[in-house]
Amino acid sequence: MSVDKKTVRKVARLARIAVPEEKLEPMAEELNGILNWIEQLNEVDIEDVEAMTTPVKMAMPMRDDVVTDGDIRDKVLANAPKTEDGFFVVPKVVE
Amino acid sequence: MVERTEYRIEGATGDWEVVMGLEVHAQVSTAAKLFSGAPTAFGADPNTNVSLVDAAMPGMLPVINRSCVEQAVKTGIGLNAEINLWSRFDRKNYFYPDLPQGYQISQYQFPVVGEGQISVEAEEGYTFVVGIERLHLEQDAGKSIHDLDPNATYVDLNRSGVALMEIVSRPDIRSPAEAAAYVKKLRSILIALGTCDGDMEKGNLRADVNVSVRRPGDELGTRCEIKNVNSFRFIQQAAEYEARRQIEILEGGGKIDQETRLFNATTGETRSMRSKEDAHDYRYFPDPDLLPLEIDAALIDRIRADMPELPDEKRQRFIDSYGLTPYDAGVLASDADKAAYFEAVAEGRDAKLAANWVTQELLGYLNKQDIALADSPISAERLGGLIALIADETISGKIAKQVFAKMIDSDDTAAQIVEREGLKQVTDTGAIAGIIDKVLAENPDQVAQVQAQRAEGHAKPKALGWFVGQIMRASGGKANPQAVNEILAEKLGL
Repeated sequence: MSVDKKTVRKVARLARIAVPEEKLEPMAEELNGILNWIEQLNEVDIEDVEAMTTPVKMAMPMRDDVVTDGDIRDKVLANAPKTEDGFFVVPKVVE
Repeated sequence: MVERTEYRIEGATGDWEVVMGLEVHAQVSTAAKLFSGAPTAFGADPNTNVSLVDAAMPGMLPVINRSCVEQAVKTGIGLNAEINLWSRFDRKNYFYPDLPQGYQISQYQFPVVGEGQISVEAEEGYTFVVGIERLHLEQDAGKSIHDLDPNATYVDLNRSGVALMEIVSRPDIRSPAEAAAYVKKLRSILIALGTCDGDMEKGNLRADVNVSVRRPGDELGTRCEIKNVNSFRFIQQAAEYEARRQIEILEGGGKIDQETRLFNATTGETRSMRSKEDAHDYRYFPDPDLLPLEIDAALIDRIRADMPELPDEKRQRFIDSYGLTPYDAGVLASDADKAAYFEAVAEGRDAKLAANWVTQELLGYLNKQDIALADSPISAERLGGLIALIADETISGKIAKQVFAKMIDSDDTAAQIVEREGLKQVTDTGAIAGIIDKVLAENPDQVAQVQAQRAEGHAKPKALGWFVGQIMRASGGKANPQAVNEILAEKLGL
């Protein structure tokens, strides 16, 4: 598996990370290095090994359907650059 | 058995078949959200039903609400579907201001509920089966409000993190009307189960409609998805518009681009949703904050043992124990309120008569006035009282309609109205005979006509009906029609 400049540009855009044009090629090389290194894992035979979904083998904790939170609007909005009437206010996103 | 209607749209070059599949988002009925303890209540002030988990503050971790899982399992059983004992949550990555995490926690590869199916009754009277591909749990996003300020978008995260069930159907739907009928049926099942309140106006049930067209019998065409359609009427309108749009493109020699589109309820049109161009690249991966969702078989047994009566079962019971027609039974069983109302009216009374009065007079009136059954001016008890008067022949069906009209504007019982207005049916044969004698004496020409027609060999002379009308009018509609017919025939020597 390898990635090219075009793929790096697309992935960066999807992740909303600004990568300058001249950095795309070096980043593709860097990523390919990492991918090649990980490729080596394919040499291991995992035929009889169950996929590991978590390092901790335990049941997922669950909570009861009880309201225990909320009503903390000031905290929720505390970091927002702009608020009004209890709303977050962001630059216009029009659909 | 009514055959399934073949729905075709006639294009310039021949007929087209429409193929549809739906993704329905149903808000799970719970007090708290899917992964936080914040409330789900509707109508709260902006950002008051939000925990730091829902606002995606750094370091916050999701803990799943047991009740959401149980509701999903219950819904799965109600959809005759397989319940997966092992499922998993994945992150669906995209950016939007009302999605503070930058991803939606959803289930992609391993949903909690697998394949099932439901049968749906179409308006035309036929029944068709829609396969359910899957049901999975996911978080709802917040709400963006675009019209408060020309240069800004306002964001309310109250819905953020509320549990949704996404129910994905197979492309088994063949017309816009079938699509609406499918959502209606699904909604009635969810409401009966108590797993979603089905309130479409509040957005608690909404559908993404996938539409493609093809020549009858051909392979499936390329589909377009119309997002977030939130009424039965709009589902039909959007599907029909979209099908015609695609046909026009194909007949003009073009091809359909698979894309996400938006429905504009004002114009009835769909348009491309450009911001979603990259949307299908969600880069799903297992959410590392959550363990796999493992369900105990005992939980499934417990839920199965505690299932409420579903619309299909109710319908069958209405047919079997009340002797209703399949159609009336379907109408009444489709809606929990209607069913409860009907059963209250029918209790200890003539059930068929009750079904007729509920479906025709009462629902007819309520639909015309656009009044919900819950706000009906006539309670089940009062309507039951009216039906009892018809059944014991205190009043005729025709008089009952007058009484019904009067009941709408008053709180009196049917019996009180009948008593006050003197509407009791006259069954006293002597009194009826007196009226008949009078009418016959006043109309010698018609009497001669009846006898002439009779002499010509007519078993039921036409003029006879005219007499019945006159006599009923003379009695103020109160004469027992059967008694009138009998005595009249006797008097005319028929």
